[in-house]
Amino acid sequence: MKERLVLIGNGMAGVRALEELLKLEPDMYDITVFGEEPHPNYNRILLSPVLAGEKTIDDIILNSREWYEEHGITLHTGDPVVAIDRAKRRVRTDSGVEAPYDRLLIATGSRPFIIPVPGADLDGVIGFRDIHDVDVMLEAAKHYKRAVVIGGGLLGLEAANGLMKQGMDVTVVHLLDTLMEKQLDKPAADLLKRSLEARGMKFLMQAQTKAILGDKRVESIRFEDGMELQTDLVVMAVGIRPNVELAQQAGIHCERGIVVNDTMQTYDPRIYAVGECVQHRGVTYGLVAPLFEQAKVCANHLANLGYGLYQGSVTSTKLKVTGIDLFSAGEFHGGEGTEEIVFQDPAGGVYKKIVLKDDRIHGAVLYGDTIDGAWYFQLMREGTDVSDIRPHLLFGQSHLGDSGHGGVNQAAAMSDDAQVCDCNGVCKGDIVKAISEKGLFTVDDVKLHTKAGASCGSCVGLVEQILADTLGGDYSAPEAKPLCTCTDFTHDQVRAAIREEHLTSLRQVFDKLDWRTQDGCHVCRPALNYYLIAAWPEEAGDDPQSRFINERAHGNIQKDGTYSVVPRMFGGVCTPADLRAIAEVAEKYEVPEMKVTGGQRIDLFGIPKEQLPAVWKDLSDAGFVSGHAYGKAMRTVKTCVGSTWCRFGTQDSTGMGIELEKLTWGSWMPHKFKLAVSGCPRNCAEATIKDFGVVGIDSGWELHIGGNGGVKVRATDMLCRVETEAEVMEYCAAFIQLYREEARYLERTAPWVERVGLTYIKQHVVEDEVNRKALAERFRRSQEIAQVDPWKQIAEGTERLGFMPLKVVGSN
Amino acid sequence: MSEEWIEVGRLDDIPRLGSRVVKSAEGEIALFRNSNDEVFALRNRCPHKGGPLSEGIVAGKRVTCPLHNWIIELENGVAAPPDEGCTPAYPVKVERDSIFLMLSPASAC
Ligand code: SRM
Ligand SMILES: Cc1cc2nc3c(=O)[nH]c(=O)nc-3n(C[C@H](O)[C@H](O)[C@H](O)COP(=O)(O)OP(=O)(O)OC[C@H]3O[C@@H](n4cnc5c(N)ncnc54)[C@H](O)[C@@H]3O)c2cc1C
Ligand code: SF4
Ligand code: FES
Repeated sequence: MKERLVLIGNGMAGVRALEELLKLEPDMYDITVFGEEPHPNYNRILLSPVLAGEKTIDDIILNSREWYEEHGITLHTGDPVVAIDRAKRRVRTDSGVEAPYDRLLIATGSRPFIIPVPGADLDGVIGFRDIHDVDVMLEAAKHYKRAVVIGGGLLGLEAANGLMKQGMDVTVVHLLDTLMEKQLDKPAADLLKRSLEARGMKFLMQAQTKAILGDKRVESIRFEDGMELQTDLVVMAVGIRPNVELAQQAGIHCERGIVVNDTMQTYDPRIYAVGECVQHRGVTYGLVAPLFEQAKVCANHLANLGYGLYQGSVTSTKLKVTGIDLFSAGEFHGGEGTEEIVFQDPAGGVYKKIVLKDDRIHGAVLYGDTIDGAWYFQLMREGTDVSDIRPHLLFGQSHLGDSGHGGVNQAAAMSDDAQVCDCNGVCKGDIVKAISEKGLFTVDDVKLHTKAGASCGSCVGLVEQILADTLGGDYSAPEAKPLCTCTDFTHDQVRAAIREEHLTSLRQVFDKLDWRTQDGCHVCRPALNYYLIAAWPEEAGDDPQSRFINERAHGNIQKDGTYSVVPRMFGGVCTPADLRAIAEVAEKYEVPEMKVTGGQRIDLFGIPKEQLPAVWKDLSDAGFVSGHAYGKAMRTVKTCVGSTWCRFGTQDSTGMGIELEKLTWGSWMPHKFKLAVSGCPRNCAEATIKDFGVVGIDSGWELHIGGNGGVKVRATDMLCRVETEAEVMEYCAAFIQLYREEARYLERTAPWVERVGLTYIKQHVVEDEVNRKALAERFRRSQEIAQVDPWKQIAEGTERLGFMPLKVVGSN
Repeated sequence: MSEEWIEVGRLDDIPRLGSRVVKSAEGEIALFRNSNDEVFALRNRCPHKGGPLSEGIVAGKRVTCPLHNWIIELENGVAAPPDEGCTPAYPVKVERDSIFLMLSPASAC
């Protein structure tokens, strides 16, 4: 018999845990769900827009009753559980239904705190928590005029805004002199207050409620100072209390919330808890992003996988009042050891404050211009050292070199027909529609359903912004993105495991890290294969089946299934004999087209797979090796003529280019890697848009890193100046090795340099000589293994047979 | 079209999680071998834009097309949602390490 899982609380966290569980183990449990509310699971967050008349209840249902049926889940709604019998492992509901469990999940959320003043039980006094509350408010708005909202926090203001939109005359009563004091500092709160007042909202600050007066229904409200205010409706939004009574009665250890460990288990190991009812490491949460993380970890354990750990969350907030932009995250009040950077334009209605501690973002408050909120939040969560970008920080991401993060600032302003993904022709409207209609929450979901961002990926930043915009406060970028859907581990975690656990094959990675799929997928396999050979060049064998076809066939696949062949020409230098040999190959195999490439090499196009080994053989006999124009690998060294001929040349750039290419060819990289050498600062070889660029100067060489000439142009950062050729070689090898060891797969040097910071790279490659030499030495060692020409190897070995058809058969 | 089994090669001719192509008068048929040594045969044309499926990455019972990453089920040639389409699958069997193929599709598309 299947194990029985019972869920108490049919809300956002509990049902999310079930969804995560079904993804992992669709058939492991017989599942029964009990919900106190009469509805299937809905998006509680969007109650605010429902109240404001911007959405309907139907819009916000997350899981319809059919969903429960499809997954064989028994659902009881409108029937709260009133007792848990831990000895008999059974729960009982108000109406007397009983259900036995093997494992129990408590996700009872929280209840609005109702201030215990006389009159709190009158008609027309409510909290703001569920559909019922919204119905009561909407009904009141139809018949009455005046409303008071007690509590000037996030929820209170959203309630007040909604009631105002429904035509009521609304006064917000707040105990302190700062609105949203948990999220805002005084200047930002004042701006907010002013702009809400301009919309007609009234405020009564520093007022303490003493009693609510009325006969049957509320008629007025009295404050400590004796003042009275007439009203027909009182909404209490002064905070929430984790809903723990049921757990407490069952003898489960509770403090403020139900106490759980890092695997979301309560003191009774058969009983799990997630959501707002939970207290983890002393903290309770009231936003969905952390609850969804808890749900994921919980599901992982329910599925008996046992490697997910919840370690707490950093959260950020936005206010969902249309037309008001507000963002807040982290510890924004400053304090000891912190510094503040502030931008203030009260007339323009813009305020930004960033709190720094040890060169890292500690907290942020943005008002009026929140475009960079997601970016600050990311820097904060990842603990990025921001000292390099500090002068530009407040001006936002668009003021930095913008490689790879495509258009973080544009999403909100874009029209629906503006194209977001140029690869797949997907417009903003398509994405917004998919997000709202299909209920998407993550970039991966959007990729899957719309293909936006699924190809070159340069628009992923924009897609993330659109997600954030569309979902409002509902969205928070996932804490750390898993490598792919086969695992919950991130690139960095997988890499660390490969190094620390000494894993040398894909199988070992899959086993050790509990991969969800037997063979991985087309996303993780190439990444893992690279991480393995980069970490253990001497031990890990290359797995051709885990490489993208271009790297398996050592040529670029074309749209008709043929391949291109680019022989390496070191430094772009060639002899008449070289050219003749290439020309002969082209004629002999009737190559449809030849072209000089942007990387100063010669490309032969349209060669069928079975012909590749023969073409390679001829090229290899003429002295050529593979140009790797197809790989996540060292590509080309582009050079200018340099001092040998050029009247301005200060250094022999072609000679240097040849040496660099000899040093680096054949190396596998996280992404493609290009070099260039110019003979003087006129820079004819465009060295300042290359991954590693070298520019000759009178006194030696200038070394540049992190340039990119592709989708988003980024000019290099200057690493340092050196004098000798030997130094150029050493710095180049060290930089490459650092990139090979630390960048994530498919992360080019430009975004990598921006992520880790130039300072970090200088520390490792320039300032620390011992480290530089060690890096360079590791690179040389790995090159001893990598520098075999794959073309020659295949053309001469048995592997070439794999390029031929297995059999040619007639059909009649 | 013939309904007989044709011997096309040995199991070891196809690498695990790899593929080889059989050329026939109707076009190419891609044979795939997965990590459990099961063999599947599909017409070597992706339902999207005709990409050569034989060059894709094989995982489980699926192959990812090398051109634009559609994912195709090896057993029946159907594209995994949200993409829609399919490519014919052919009957194939392995006996004493020899691979036998039938040239009339098992599933039409
Ligand atoms: C052949 C060539 C065009 C040409 O005829 O000149 C070329 C052809 C391709 N480029 Fe390129 N790129 C070529 C030089 C460049 C350059 C110029 C350069 O190298 O100086 C750039 C900009 C510089 C840079 O990379 O920073 C360039 C930026 C790209 C990009 C964008 C990279 C980025 O990080 O933004 C891609 C897409 C990718 O890599 O994901 C790309 C991808 C491609 C691919 C591999 C597309 C594909 O996946 O099929 C094309 C393969 C064609 C083929 O079958 O051979 N190609 N590509 C050039 C080969 C250079 C060589 O000799 O090896
Ligand atoms: C108006 C509003 C706006 C919000 N805006 C945001 C926002 O912008 N961003 C954000 O991140 N978060 C927001 N939140 C908070 C977010 O909705 C909650 O954090 C989230 O819903 C909590 O999920 P949960 O599963 O823990 O609790 P819930 O979603 O409340 O689910 C708990 C469920 O358990 C049921 N239940 C309780 N006891 C029992 C019992 N004994 N038997 C059976 N069922 C029981 C309850 O009726 C409820 O349906 C907002 C909340 C509200 C009310
Ligand atoms: S950069 Fe221009 S000027 Fe300088 S050596 Fe090269 S070609 Fe000559
Ligand atoms: S041709 Fe196969 S995915 Fe486009």
